[in-house]
Amino acid sequence: MATLAPASPIVPGSVLLAAHNVRKVYGHDRTPVLENVTVELRDGEFIALLGPSGSGKSTLLRILAGLMDASAGDVLVHGEPRRGLNPDIAIVFQSFALFPWLTVLQNVELGLLATGASDDERRRRALKAIDLIGLDGYEEAFPKELSGGMKQRVGFARALVVEPEVLFMDEPFSALDVLTGENLRGELQDLWSEHTIPTRAVLMVTHNIDEAVSLADRILVFGANPGHVRVELSGLPLAERRKKGPARAQLVDTIYHIMTNPTEDAIAFAEQRVARVPSRATGAAAPVERAPRRYQTLPDVGIDDLTGFVQYLSGTGGRGNLHELSRDLQMRADDLLALVEATDLLGLADMQERQVFLTPIGQRFAEVELDEEKAIFRTVAIEHISLLRHIVRELEDAPTHTIEAEGVLDDLEHSFSGAEARRQFETVVDWGRYAELFTYDDAAGELRLDEEHRMDLRTKAQDA
Amino acid sequence: MPAPRWVDALMLVALAAVGYGVMRAAAEWRAPLTPGMRIDLSPTNLPYYAGLSTLRMAIAYIISLVFSLVYARVAASSRIAERVMLPLLDILQSIPILSFMPGVVLGLAAMFPGRTVGLELAAVILIFTSQAWNLAFSFHQSLITIPRELGEAASVYRLGLWRRFTKLELPYGAIALIANSMMSWAGGWFFLMASEQFTLGDKNLRLPGLGSYLAAAADAGDTRALGLGLGTLVAVIVLLDQLLWRPLVAWSDRFKFEQTGSADAPQSVTLDMLQRSAAVHWVQVRLLRPVFSFIDRRMSPMGGTAAGAPPTQPRERARGALVVFALAGVALAAVLAWGAWSALSTVASLTAGDWGYVLRCAGATFLRTSVALLLAAAWTVPVGVAIGMNARLARKLQPVVQIAASVPATAVFPVLLFALLALPGGLNMAAVALMLLGTQWYVLFNVIAGAMAIPSDLREAAMVYHVSGWRRWKTLILPAIFPYLVTGMITATGGAWNASIVSEYVTFAGRKVSTLGLGALIAQAADSGRFPLLLAGTLVMSAIVIAGNRLVWRRLYVLAESRFRLE
Ligand SMILES: Nc1ncnc2c1ncn2[C@@H]1O[C@H](COP(=O)(O)OP(=O)(O)OP(=O)(O)O)[C@@H](O)[C@H]1O
Ligand SMILES: [Mg+2]
Repeated sequence: MATLAPASPIVPGSVLLAAHNVRKVYGHDRTPVLENVTVELRDGEFIALLGPSGSGKSTLLRILAGLMDASAGDVLVHGEPRRGLNPDIAIVFQSFALFPWLTVLQNVELGLLATGASDDERRRRALKAIDLIGLDGYEEAFPKELSGGMKQRVGFARALVVEPEVLFMDEPFSALDVLTGENLRGELQDLWSEHTIPTRAVLMVTHNIDEAVSLADRILVFGANPGHVRVELSGLPLAERRKKGPARAQLVDTIYHIMTNPTEDAIAFAEQRVARVPSRATGAAAPVERAPRRYQTLPDVGIDDLTGFVQYLSGTGGRGNLHELSRDLQMRADDLLALVEATDLLGLADMQERQVFLTPIGQRFAEVELDEEKAIFRTVAIEHISLLRHIVRELEDAPTHTIEAEGVLDDLEHSFSGAEARRQFETVVDWGRYAELFTYDDAAGELRLDEEHRMDLRTKAQDA
Repeated sequence: MPAPRWVDALMLVALAAVGYGVMRAAAEWRAPLTPGMRIDLSPTNLPYYAGLSTLRMAIAYIISLVFSLVYARVAASSRIAERVMLPLLDILQSIPILSFMPGVVLGLAAMFPGRTVGLELAAVILIFTSQAWNLAFSFHQSLITIPRELGEAASVYRLGLWRRFTKLELPYGAIALIANSMMSWAGGWFFLMASEQFTLGDKNLRLPGLGSYLAAAADAGDTRALGLGLGTLVAVIVLLDQLLWRPLVAWSDRFKFEQTGSADAPQSVTLDMLQRSAAVHWVQVRLLRPVFSFIDRRMSPMGGTAAGAPPTQPRERARGALVVFALAGVALAAVLAWGAWSALSTVASLTAGDWGYVLRCAGATFLRTSVALLLAAAWTVPVGVAIGMNARLARKLQPVVQIAASVPATAVFPVLLFALLALPGGLNMAAVALMLLGTQWYVLFNVIAGAMAIPSDLREAAMVYHVSGWRRWKTLILPAIFPYLVTGMITATGGAWNASIVSEYVTFAGRKVSTLGLGALIAQAADSGRFPLLLAGTLVMSAIVIAGNRLVWRRLYVLAESRFRLE
């Protein structure tokens, strides 16, 4: 097997790249996407970022890479503050980001165009990277002729050929099917652990807990709204990473627990579970004091999935183990977690350790006919979801029982970033419509109290 | 390397012919300007005239293309630029450029006294204004839809401005650019006649070309020459389609942004032949590749420096660019303000009576365009739906419709005048007919596309539930084609107003005929040099088109998008 240029000896502990107290606000949003985030990437280290959707992992990666600037805080390269693109990096993208009109070879050479290498030199190095990553014979193929796994190999070859000091990966395996992803991950792990590539540090964003545990020296778990580092865990010793054993199972368990309990004190929990919490100094800066939130964060879960999930649980005896559920339902861990969180929030299910249980009301919800199902949902939703309660009250008070969506969104933007506010709105509309609390006219941008509910109000008013 | 074939011989002949044509044309441009130049109606001259017209179109097209690429690129580079440049493009698009032709012609003729170059430039400018805007819009649209990660890859691998443009942006926009280029050429042919003959007061200036040939034939009442001229025009259009556009469309399939291969890629026999030609291969390897590679190196600042060169400071460069931009912006604003002030003071000389007349004219043209658009919708909707929902019919009729659509309505106009002018209300009818001819195709093509896009399961559902007749139209077909219909109508409206200038006031068989209308007002004022009236008419027309777009069509479009879009 070919190797790229030999790596110079690693100096453990020296910091290659760091973000200090970084804050990021997009455009004219009122709330930040990242707040007070500190991360240090040291020589020889592989870091994984885990966290719910929208917690700003990709944003942090792009700030560290220099693709965008932080709104506040510093990015330091070898201890020097920097603005603009970081010179010694490469990125592997989730969508591969290959140029469809260039061949595999041309795509890989792309990374070298700016180095000023001669045509021959460029070709030689590109061919070597192609060889290294197992793409021999595909040099003249176009990306559209390749399978997903092969495409991502091109992505890796293009990144590695520039011999970056730091390699960034944004969910590199999540567009691939499970087996392909695992296979490619294994190969990457070999290249990395055997120092076949001169890369000195890797930062990977992922949704997959297994992936993080089997690759990383350090795992940062992010929290959302605004994005921050909740806890920092050290990874397993190299020998224990790949084989299934008690140490690995325990770490996976711990992370599951932390991620399913977004409001719990993650650091305290981790300290009690594993003796692997590193110093608080670098990663998990103390959570910032924030004004109390007006509404809970609704997980991005559609009503069909929600009811389907409760039905499914009822079919398996009203309980389920997260691992098994993830496997049986063929869902990504974070999608499943969002579902569990939604049922938990509504009081339809409870979660203990890694078990989900239906509550009695959840059990009833699963058994009854559609009309009653909706009635139950209406009750629990009004009881537990502050935003829904708030909207219904506003609708009842409005003279025409109609309110503008714009107003609700505006209100939400005090608590969430622009895109997140919209998602919250869409979720609450989905739930509220199903509960027959209100209707939503997208073209007019108006929420309108449900007909029956309105009649109730009228009779009440007449009685009074 | 492929062996030489007869294609190569053919290519050499073609090359010689083009070279000769350009030389002849250059001689023509240096020729002294003679008012009332005679057009020889003998058929042997037709290839020569056709060549000249095509060359003019090609030059204008190349300028349009370069302009559009630069304009769209700059507009996409910053939010401020975008805020200014996009609305500006919208306004430029709705200005009836024919209004300004007399001024342009006068100015250019003064710059090259006694030579035809000035007139040629005026022709090219006119054609340019009918080709450039949609190209610019299309490329800008491509630029802002480049997938985020692809753009980031270009940044991470430091492609630099030039390589980013050639390796990412241009390929990404290529397919849309080629489709729009075909539309641009159709738009250019529409002004074929207007671009080759200008009236300045009592002077009649002509350029040799197919357009003036047609006009001369109509003037002389020579139906045979008129028919031959039209035939030549159709032949040129078909040839261009076969030899240029189809190969380009087939070739550009490689730029399709898709992750998986598709089965039915566009085909072109010409492209297949070219790709097998030895000469083409030689030119590609020995000429184009080294030249491109040389340009590539010269245009990329990083080329030649060793790896590990100090990182560039994009911020500082951006600041420099910003200063330049700001200065250019201030200069532009000053010129615009001056222009607006002069325009105002010119228009201020008009009396209330004049304004009343302008508005009455606008009303008349508004009625005419409305009738034309209604007629267009009335026949294109049933026919378009019939074609679009029947794959077999579509395959048979599509090429016919395409050829019919590509014949510029203005070229057919003299024939129409022959037939209609003698009837009562003749020019009125002829004007509506021209507007209809010029704009119905946009609507038809869009309706066909809309009908083709109706998912077959929806159609089957309609059948299963016995939804038929009017109910079927109301619940299935009309909602499905509505967004497409609106898109077609937007383009058609602008086209219809523009057409009024050439259709409401005509010189036919030596006589001037006109009818009440804004187009007639503009054409007449231009003819007689009444600039205040000309300006007022132009402003009113632009305002109507822009207001119509903003207040009616855009809203309908948004409604259509949100309510009726089938996903
Ligand atoms: N260019 C942008 N403009 C405005 N908002 C943005 C932009 N990019 C991201 N966001 C918003 O910032 C928040 C964080 O996004 P980011 O992509 O960093 O999250 P993430 O943790 O990577 O999520 P995921 O797991 O879904 O990839 C989201 O609410 C997102 O909608
Ligand atoms: Mg992300």
